[in-house]
Amino acid sequence: MKSAPAAVTPPGVSGERPRSFTTISGRPVERLYTPGDLEGWRYDRDTPDPGDFPYTRGIHPTGYRGKLWTMRQFAGFGTPEETNERYKQLLAAGGTGLSVAFDLPTLMGRDPDHPYSLGEVGKCGVSIASLADMERLFDGIRLGDITTSMTINSPAPMIFAMYLVVAEQQGASWQTLSGTIQNDILKEFIAQKEYIFPPRPSMRLITDIFQFCAKEVPKWNTISVSGYHIREAGATALQELAFTLRDGIEYVQWGVDSGLDVDAFVPRISFFFNAHSDFFEEIAKYRAARKIWARVMRDRFGAKDERSWKLRFHTQTAGVSLTAQQPYNNVVRTALQALAAVLGGTNSLHTNSLDEALALPTAEAATLALRTQQVIASESGVTHIVDPLGGSYFLEKLTLDMESGAQQYFDTIDRMGGMVAAIEQGFPQREIAESAYRFQQAVESKDKIIVGVNGFVDENEAPVPILYIDDRAADAQMTRLHDVRAKRDAGRVAKALDDLRAAARGAENTMYPLLDCVRAYATVGEMCDALREVWGEWEEVPSI
Amino acid sequence: MTRRIRVVIAKPGLDGHDRGAKVIARALRDAGMEVIYTGLRQTPEQIVAAALQEDADVIGLSILSGAHMHICPRLMELIRERKLDDVIVLVGGIIPDVDVPKLHAMGIAGVFLPGRPMQDIVDFINARVGDRAEVR
Repeated sequence: MKSAPAAVTPPGVSGERPRSFTTISGRPVERLYTPGDLEGWRYDRDTPDPGDFPYTRGIHPTGYRGKLWTMRQFAGFGTPEETNERYKQLLAAGGTGLSVAFDLPTLMGRDPDHPYSLGEVGKCGVSIASLADMERLFDGIRLGDITTSMTINSPAPMIFAMYLVVAEQQGASWQTLSGTIQNDILKEFIAQKEYIFPPRPSMRLITDIFQFCAKEVPKWNTISVSGYHIREAGATALQELAFTLRDGIEYVQWGVDSGLDVDAFVPRISFFFNAHSDFFEEIAKYRAARKIWARVMRDRFGAKDERSWKLRFHTQTAGVSLTAQQPYNNVVRTALQALAAVLGGTNSLHTNSLDEALALPTAEAATLALRTQQVIASESGVTHIVDPLGGSYFLEKLTLDMESGAQQYFDTIDRMGGMVAAIEQGFPQREIAESAYRFQQAVESKDKIIVGVNGFVDENEAPVPILYIDDRAADAQMTRLHDVRAKRDAGRVAKALDDLRAAARGAENTMYPLLDCVRAYATVGEMCDALREVWGEWEEVPSI
Repeated sequence: MTRRIRVVIAKPGLDGHDRGAKVIARALRDAGMEVIYTGLRQTPEQIVAAALQEDADVIGLSILSGAHMHICPRLMELIRERKLDDVIVLVGGIIPDVDVPKLHAMGIAGVFLPGRPMQDIVDFINARVGDRAEVR
């Protein structure tokens, strides 16, 4: 499925510039949209009032007049102590939620002293090896009083178990505990590639979490089905939409196949989209996402609870759109992208910092990113109206096209036997790599201009200050890890890991033995190794 | 007998963001080079072994995680040990400016930061090892 060729207006026609007019995804755009473009479109069926099925215009009748989106900024670096300090500052500044960034060894299920962890500990996020680190990460923070989002995927069950044990130590009830784990392994295989186990046992871990949470932690958001990373890897807006929603369908199907009632777990599934630079295309993407999900949940899965129909989503502005050149331009890009997310009705938003093409953000850059959201919320006036662009011929046409394009991808993937099968055949991976290459060619040929990179270049740029993370965190984490291993009850750890292996081989829910491993201070690396022994590791066949 | 320039593109470290590595691999292939992509999470030992086995002229590393100051010294040490002195090593990715001279000092031939045109990398390789492509 290739995107359509660019519509090139012949030179001289109607005084238009002789160039192609396409979205950033390569979709041709006409000069003007009129009622003639909306043949078959009906207000009551396609875009009824906000709060009405299929929620194209929003899931809440009052939009942001009732409640603004959550401004949740992703943070984490170095040791648990350093990140704990940053969280306390954020909470003191009025934040009510946290969002944890983990380092690569943690994301890949490796302890800080593993050879693969060399040079990576604490660099891209906080290092968490055992319960001892999690206790320090949330020291002095009441988990019963806040919500926490944790960006963790393959080792999500281990990190979630640690969070639950810290909550237990603080006396917080699991029944009222709320937050989110990303826990979206399909997009890891498709795009971000932080996978450990093969797809099928990875899906089993996720259905174990669905089952466990339905009973033990009913207010927890068990998964955040993510298009963000798919887009960052080079997908078009349509591919982001289609692959993400099809991933969502795959999770629901596996949950239903594991014996759960659809309405018992789907209301706790949320989504996470990118906000890229092509303004109207992005807004259409969010509107189409709500519309498609509502219909699929009602018609394909027979969901009866309207909470299962309502797609809730977090948005992050497009990291990949930020440039190392003239980095202050990134503030402008981020503001426009954030505005698109707001006009698309996002429920939660992270705005990137201006220095993110260079390094992790400095505290000053991170504050400016948050202020960008506050300016949109407080000063622009766009929050007074629900779906203010609804009814625009262009936007409604884009929304309809997004919907039909996604349906074509669904049909292709269904024919392949579902998303797990499509991933095993490398289908979404190839589609995305193709789009990434095509976009890069458009930049090289200057068909697409990126200010400061291939147009409006400034040879005499002044550098911006950046955050430089040294190796002190790695040394501290190594010492902590050796200390934990020396002090814990080795027999209890070995027994807990044996029980975990046994559960993985059989059908018992893996969350219960994982909780025992965590309480015994088994490390993330040890728990993942136990499962690697049973399930093996996934290796992608390299292809270009 | 004509021989094409042989390039090993590798992603060392734990990071899985392979968009850049794959785009560059395709650009070099489209420019007429023989490109071997190692895939993800290769150790310096594996990368050097691949370069040796493939008789590579160029090793291209894509690193975005901040681990370059650990990976590059080890890789250059192995290159010297294996006497692969005629292989040039290029690094692309997110590299703080202060590290660029350090990478050059340890023998990295080229450092390419975000936003550099693909054609610059093609031209750089042709200028450095293009003569090897003729006859051998």
